[in-house]
Amino acid sequence: MNNAKVNHLHYIVLSFMALTFLLPLIWIVIASLDPNASDALKMPAQWTLGNYISVLGNMENIKAYGVGFVISFAESLIVVILSCLAAYPLSRYRLSYKKTFMNVILFMTALPMIAVIVPVYKMYLSLGLLDSIWGVIFYLSAASLPYGLWLMKNFMDAVPAELEEAAWVDGATTFKSMTSIVLPLMFPGICTVFIYTFSKSWGNFFVPYILLSSAEKMPASVQLYQFFGQYGLIDYGPLAAYSILYTLPSILLYILSQNYMSKGFNLSGAAKG
Amino acid sequence: MTKNQGYGFREEMRKSLLLIPAVLVLLFFFIIPIVLTIYYSFTNLALSGSNAKNLQFIGLENYKRMLTDPSTVISIENTLIFLAGSLAGQTILGFLIAYLMKQKAKGFRSVAGPCFLAGWVMPEIVVALCFMAFFKENGTLNVLTGFFGAKQVSWLYEHPMLSVVIANVWHGTAFSMLNFQSALDNVSGDMEEAARVDGANRFQVLLRIIIPSIKDTIATNVMLNTLSTLGVYGLIYAMTGGGPANKTTTLPIYMYNQGLKGMQLGFGTAIGMMILFVGTICSLIYARLLRTKEEG
Repeated sequence: MNNAKVNHLHYIVLSFMALTFLLPLIWIVIASLDPNASDALKMPAQWTLGNYISVLGNMENIKAYGVGFVISFAESLIVVILSCLAAYPLSRYRLSYKKTFMNVILFMTALPMIAVIVPVYKMYLSLGLLDSIWGVIFYLSAASLPYGLWLMKNFMDAVPAELEEAAWVDGATTFKSMTSIVLPLMFPGICTVFIYTFSKSWGNFFVPYILLSSAEKMPASVQLYQFFGQYGLIDYGPLAAYSILYTLPSILLYILSQNYMSKGFNLSGAAKG
Repeated sequence: MTKNQGYGFREEMRKSLLLIPAVLVLLFFFIIPIVLTIYYSFTNLALSGSNAKNLQFIGLENYKRMLTDPSTVISIENTLIFLAGSLAGQTILGFLIAYLMKQKAKGFRSVAGPCFLAGWVMPEIVVALCFMAFFKENGTLNVLTGFFGAKQVSWLYEHPMLSVVIANVWHGTAFSMLNFQSALDNVSGDMEEAARVDGANRFQVLLRIIIPSIKDTIATNVMLNTLSTLGVYGLIYAMTGGGPANKTTTLPIYMYNQGLKGMQLGFGTAIGMMILFVGTICSLIYARLLRTKEEG
């Protein structure tokens, strides 16, 4: 076979695969626009935005969406602040334990944290942190901190120390040189850590599901599960519409992150799927 | 690079001040839970009943029970099948897509790329919903196979493990694809060119040049996928709840059922230890691979 033929074949195979990958999405898109949606794949008799309107008109859904936002935002903020602070000495000073410390952090980035959820439950029970949104935020923050810290240190390493030396000569404190020189220069890195943490947290379902029990504290992910997991009679149209509304932030964040992430960034990252 | 070369213990403590908040959070919510996991797994701790108040050290009892308990054996088997299926699917598909997409027209890439990425970007609970509908009696898959005259299959009941593996492969393939794409971009075109001039065909170039030069990426990718697949919980739980008849009960689900639903915290953490043990080995290999890559 000559090159042109092989190339054509590649295009055909790729197009077929891309279409196959879209198949699982067909139902959810159609059902969200169908006033009489069921779990079967069928063409709607009429098209409507009514499902979206009814989801958005329900205060409980808006609240769950808001709770999910608060959890993810607070978690990302904690991870960004703590990892910025910690990255500074790890990047700028000579510390005898640095290598070991970073190895432990790298090891922690990959550990499947689900394995410790049972003792965390027991620990929270004793500390009164069960069914507390802060409890969820802290646990999630700790779980994503190693990866945030690992990224942040690498981003900070990329900011040349010479820029700071001038400020030191002028008598600037560590805090001053950090906030006025280092952090502004690594702003894209900070955004990357924030976006990455936020979207992982937004999609997380099992941690809030296990650690929370009051209905009014449930974030969108858990509410969505309860929507189709618990009740026999499901209103599929609104469920599909809600799922799409819930997925939107993840898609937006992914597109946004593409502006910040550089090439070759993918591998040293994203340990937890 | 360094601000001060003074090297005493106090000096080092002063320099480490900014690390304290992060270390405290990690200590309380990451390290202590791990230590508790190890400790509880040797106890009879329960959430309620007499054992809840009367915590006793029972040595290796939980571990012995695990080895003799048929449900544990089933969930280990399920975990291995789920792991093997997911790894094979994600790695092979991910590589194939990345390899075929290389040097294709930009317009085509920008249309086909998002099709593959959609499943990866999506939260797992929505992935679960999409696939529940996809595998239903009147779902997309049966409608499609119906075109070819095939009989309706109730996939989630008749082939539950296959169903969750397919869902997980759909969800995870793009991650492998991205890893392989950036690795393939770094493969020197000169070597390929030279081999082609010497008369090697595409397949030989792939086997002798491309795959050997990205073998580190393959290894790292397999480790990361193993680790993330070990932690898959929401997807299976939402799709099948571990059923029917425990056919999709993997270790994380078994741990949740025993430890929290069944309130046997001690036994539950012993199952958690098994996940942690395998996870530790893979994490160590992963950290090692990444370190040598950086230094080398």
